[in-house]
Amino acid sequence: MSNKLRVATCSLAGCFGCHMSLLDIDDKIIALADKVEFDRTPLTDIKRIGRCDLGLVEGGVCNAENVEVLREFRRHCTTLVAVGACAINGGIPALRNHYPLQACLDEAYLHGLGVEHPQIPNDPELPLLLNKVHPIHEVVRIDHFLPGCPPSAETIWTFLEALLSGQPVEFTYRQIHYD
Amino acid sequence: MLKHFTLDGKRIPFAEGQTIMDAAMAAGEYIPHLCHNPEFAPHGSCRVCTVKLNGRRVAACTAPALDGAEVENDTDELRDERRTLLQLLFIEGNHICPACDKSGNCQLQALAYYCGMTAPEFTHRYPLRPLDASHPDFVIDFNRCILCELCVRASRDADGKSVFAIHGRGIQAHLAIDSPSGKLGDSKLHKEDRAASVCPVGAILPKHTGYAVPIGERLYDRKPISVAGDVSDHRKDSS
Ligand code: SF4
Ligand code: SF4
Repeated sequence: MSNKLRVATCSLAGCFGCHMSLLDIDDKIIALADKVEFDRTPLTDIKRIGRCDLGLVEGGVCNAENVEVLREFRRHCTTLVAVGACAINGGIPALRNHYPLQACLDEAYLHGLGVEHPQIPNDPELPLLLNKVHPIHEVVRIDHFLPGCPPSAETIWTFLEALLSGQPVEFTYRQIHYD
Repeated sequence: MLKHFTLDGKRIPFAEGQTIMDAAMAAGEYIPHLCHNPEFAPHGSCRVCTVKLNGRRVAACTAPALDGAEVENDTDELRDERRTLLQLLFIEGNHICPACDKSGNCQLQALAYYCGMTAPEFTHRYPLRPLDASHPDFVIDFNRCILCELCVRASRDADGKSVFAIHGRGIQAHLAIDSPSGKLGDSKLHKEDRAASVCPVGAILPKHTGYAVPIGERLYDRKPISVAGDVSDHRKDSS
């Protein structure tokens, strides 16, 4: 059993931009790989989450599966972090909160531009959509928030470094932005 | 002899009739504020400028300066309270900064940065509010209106038109437009009006200038609001 920090990540109602920003830490990823072991994350393709020290969650919750995954992350992670604008306030996907869900489905699958064979997908495999998109802190307790769309690689690295060395997390002015 | 009070221990002179905010601004000291703009009569509604005057909380923009008073401003306690007020403003409307052209030039956002807000942390209301693009030169997005009444004051006191007013009370309060249809396009708002460029957030935005200055190079992207100043100090170069 290694004493590396176990880290899990996931993207709920997000665009993977925050994951891209994590990869943007460039060669520091090597230093990171020395200190952490990745558990469930799109980077390892491990599908089931085990006991973890840190969970990084990108995206808000827009469907029943998002809620399930988020709750599982909360159960398994000592420290859970909301990464990016969507996890923090719903972000761009929350723009749909202005419209009834039915209107969104109609627009996307029935009447939208370029739709062929109009039909609203209803395969039982598909997770059911929630009426509104929500930030993740409305579903589970969150320990840290990393704002930004996406948070810069530098912000993510500052956070990880502080966490790995057990120091308090402090950002410079330019590391906090909401866009 | 000028009277004075102390602001976090610093001596601030003031003349009779000045508020704490007037005197602090004149002395070059920053008290965070959102609905206040020295061009217009103070409104005292956002409470972001709350300071402690001899231990009692008052809005610095409306409280008259008091000779010999001790005023606390830049303390952890007040910063935490201001952050909470800002969080409430965020969840009360719909503030999706990545989709807002005011981002980086927005005073609500800049204050939230200044007060160290990483997230709104409360339950979001996601109110259903309209957007009015009927005016040839401006869009008004009620989702982002924080009811600061700056457009109301500017239109009434500087432009002599009273195009804007706040209607309703409490959670029902909303910005209303004086025109036969209630639409901005039918109102007397002209693009040279002071009311047209006074909004501290992305509620009243000019058309045809979107993203002229890229994200990352905007007013508050590099410097905090305490250094960069208010949106209205930069009227010419910010959208
Ligand atoms: S008005 Fe300001 S806080 Fe609101 S969405 Fe626009 S930039 Fe963000
Ligand atoms: S539109 Fe802008 S200036 Fe007018 S009340 Fe709303 S936030 Fe204030």
